[in-house]
Amino acid sequence: MGLESTIGEVLPDVLTTSLDSLVNWARKSSLWPATFGLACCAIEMMAMTDARNDVARFGAEVFRASPRQADVMIVAGRVSIKMAPVLRRIYDQMPEPKWVISMGVCASAGGVFNNYAIVQGVDKVVPVDIFVPGCPPRPEGLIYAVMKLQEKIERERVFVSEDYVQAA
Amino acid sequence: MQSVREIRVPTTAVVDPAFARKPDPLADQLMTISLGPQHPSTHGVLRLELVLDGETVVSTIPDIGYLHTGMEKTMEKERWQQVVTITCRMDYLNSMGNDLGYCLAAEKLLGVEVPKYAQDLRVLFCELNRLSSHLVWFGTHAMDMGAMTGFFYAFIQREKILDLYECATGARLHQSYFAIGGARWALPTSFHGLCEDFLEGFPAFLEECKKLVTGNRIFQRRTQGVGVIKKENAINWALSGPTIRGSGVNWDIRKAEPYSGYDTYDFHVPVYEDGDVWSRYLCRMEEMEESHKICVEALKRVKQPGPHLSNHPKLKIPDRDLMKQHIDVMIHHFLIASEGFTIPPGEVYQSIESARGELGYYLISDGDIKPYRVRVRAPSYVNLAALPEMVEGSLLADVVAVIGSIDIVLGDVDR
Amino acid sequence: MAETTETNGQAPVSTLPRSSVRYADTSLLRTNFADTIVEIKEALGEITIIAKRDGLLALLMHLRDEPKLRFNYLADIGGVDLGEFAEPRFAVAYQLYSIELNHRLRVKVLIEEGDATVPSACGIWKAANWLEREIYDMFGIHFDNHPDLRRILMPADYEGHPLRKDFPLKGY
Repeated sequence: MGLESTIGEVLPDVLTTSLDSLVNWARKSSLWPATFGLACCAIEMMAMTDARNDVARFGAEVFRASPRQADVMIVAGRVSIKMAPVLRRIYDQMPEPKWVISMGVCASAGGVFNNYAIVQGVDKVVPVDIFVPGCPPRPEGLIYAVMKLQEKIERERVFVSEDYVQAA
Repeated sequence: MQSVREIRVPTTAVVDPAFARKPDPLADQLMTISLGPQHPSTHGVLRLELVLDGETVVSTIPDIGYLHTGMEKTMEKERWQQVVTITCRMDYLNSMGNDLGYCLAAEKLLGVEVPKYAQDLRVLFCELNRLSSHLVWFGTHAMDMGAMTGFFYAFIQREKILDLYECATGARLHQSYFAIGGARWALPTSFHGLCEDFLEGFPAFLEECKKLVTGNRIFQRRTQGVGVIKKENAINWALSGPTIRGSGVNWDIRKAEPYSGYDTYDFHVPVYEDGDVWSRYLCRMEEMEESHKICVEALKRVKQPGPHLSNHPKLKIPDRDLMKQHIDVMIHHFLIASEGFTIPPGEVYQSIESARGELGYYLISDGDIKPYRVRVRAPSYVNLAALPEMVEGSLLADVVAVIGSIDIVLGDVDR
Repeated sequence: MAETTETNGQAPVSTLPRSSVRYADTSLLRTNFADTIVEIKEALGEITIIAKRDGLLALLMHLRDEPKLRFNYLADIGGVDLGEFAEPRFAVAYQLYSIELNHRLRVKVLIEEGDATVPSACGIWKAANWLEREIYDMFGIHFDNHPDLRRILMPADYEGHPLRKDFPLKGY
């Protein structure tokens, strides 16, 4: 049937796939998070990389100190009004494609700190892909968020037609 | 120790005149760089404005507040028992200690005696907390110096301690286990075995650490004679905890003003004289041994169960059977459950020895169901203020070592 | 430094029991600083000196240097807003500690809202630097002769002083 079976008969070591799945597979299998520890959640983010939880199993253990080398920003902790501009700048410095995980209830919605100093949800500053509940979320919770993000990346499209953009 | 860092430069350099470098226009100019707030070695969101002459630090201006959470204001809006949930989010590595300081201050205002069993519980968990906090410090401090392995070793032990918290309180990081008047509930029976297992294996880990990092020549050369602060200065800057004990001041609040029955435990306070990063490192390492010793003793004591909460009528939830018989007991329960309790007016300053130093609570009550003012004397905040003096004249790379050695937690600094 | 702090021994720093200033000393203070000290209170085992702003620095200096007191350690400075309509409105509380003699003391200064200025204690204890900056940030209390009085926790362009009682929890 079709092109694939013909190529498969003639050249047995050639694999055909769509460009989307190839690129997405490459992107999701090696997520490099930016080191962006803010508060308590950062400790659990560190615990995610330790010997017991070992996020390397899911290809997201290479924490980069420089945002210019990172794919995903894990906002781990409460974002104060003083930090919000810095956070936005770091997000802007990250190259496309980029994703954001909002870790913990403080980053997601302000948490117990509904007061003058804390931004009530980091989605007011940067677009967020995954919200992780918990105060702080367990490392397993964060790993699950990374896996969910990988699923999300799988559904993305590399080339988006103009019609699609307008429709969206 | 001062003469250790001496950089040998070849004295005779033969330069072909054709390749002689033109004078660098920037040679005698100072450069200002900004370290942080997003920098892996500042342990959070600290920002330093460093003025550099080449590699040498001329002056440092710390810029903090990137994690300011308005906790002192939020505490004024919470009821007395609820404040504990805020305090443990302050210094998140030493959350039990934070709760303890607040509870002790409130108990002093209320005039409550804490039962013996609860006191032993408190000591046990505070010392476990000191261990888990120092383990994070050990891992990250070693990592700042380029030793990655220490981090993984430390976190294996830390996970075991977090398991213990989870077993006893249900939470890994923010336990809110202590309440005014004692602890929220007694230990589950499965705790003792788990804790024994952990305490048994811990000394071997400390030995490993000594081989891995303490005996490491690179680590020693990077820390000895760096970030020196002398005794008089350390007192004047009001440093506390291992940071002041590394400068030769033998002062530990657990000994000087014992609380929760610390005077009945046998432990000693490590003191080192040199005031450099290395002394502070040794202090903390030895402190872990002492904490382990206290834990073993405290675990023995908590095997004798007893009341975990004070019998004070404002704190004790009434007996359920009595509640069904008497309307006034029912009302009493309703009051405790719905609006909490009041504390007589007064002011009190209570300090404890947290993993970082003197953690003080200045508590003011106006007789309401909420505290009128909770002022927190955060050890990291005061210790960090001395950073510019410690790093002046040292190399840029040493700044990282010094920050690691005062063991700041930005949640504690900014609150 | 007294000998007690020099030893690297295992004994507690001081053999004195936990206590605040003895009464004889406070009476001495009362006569020496009659113009500055308004009241000396004892409650819950803690001694509070309520002082006037004039002569505060001399009092603090005396507390630090007097051999029987030796409050060489400034544990904390805390600001208090006594209420929106209270007279005087603010209080600044110095928590002093003596590492050698192992006792504590609190010195409290009451100040009016219209003239919210306190002399800076930076010359006496270096630790006062950041602690005073925080009070300036949170309460808007000025400290005279402070070397570097800027906001420390809030952004530099922030308006308002969050820990004042009339400041809403969620900000403006």
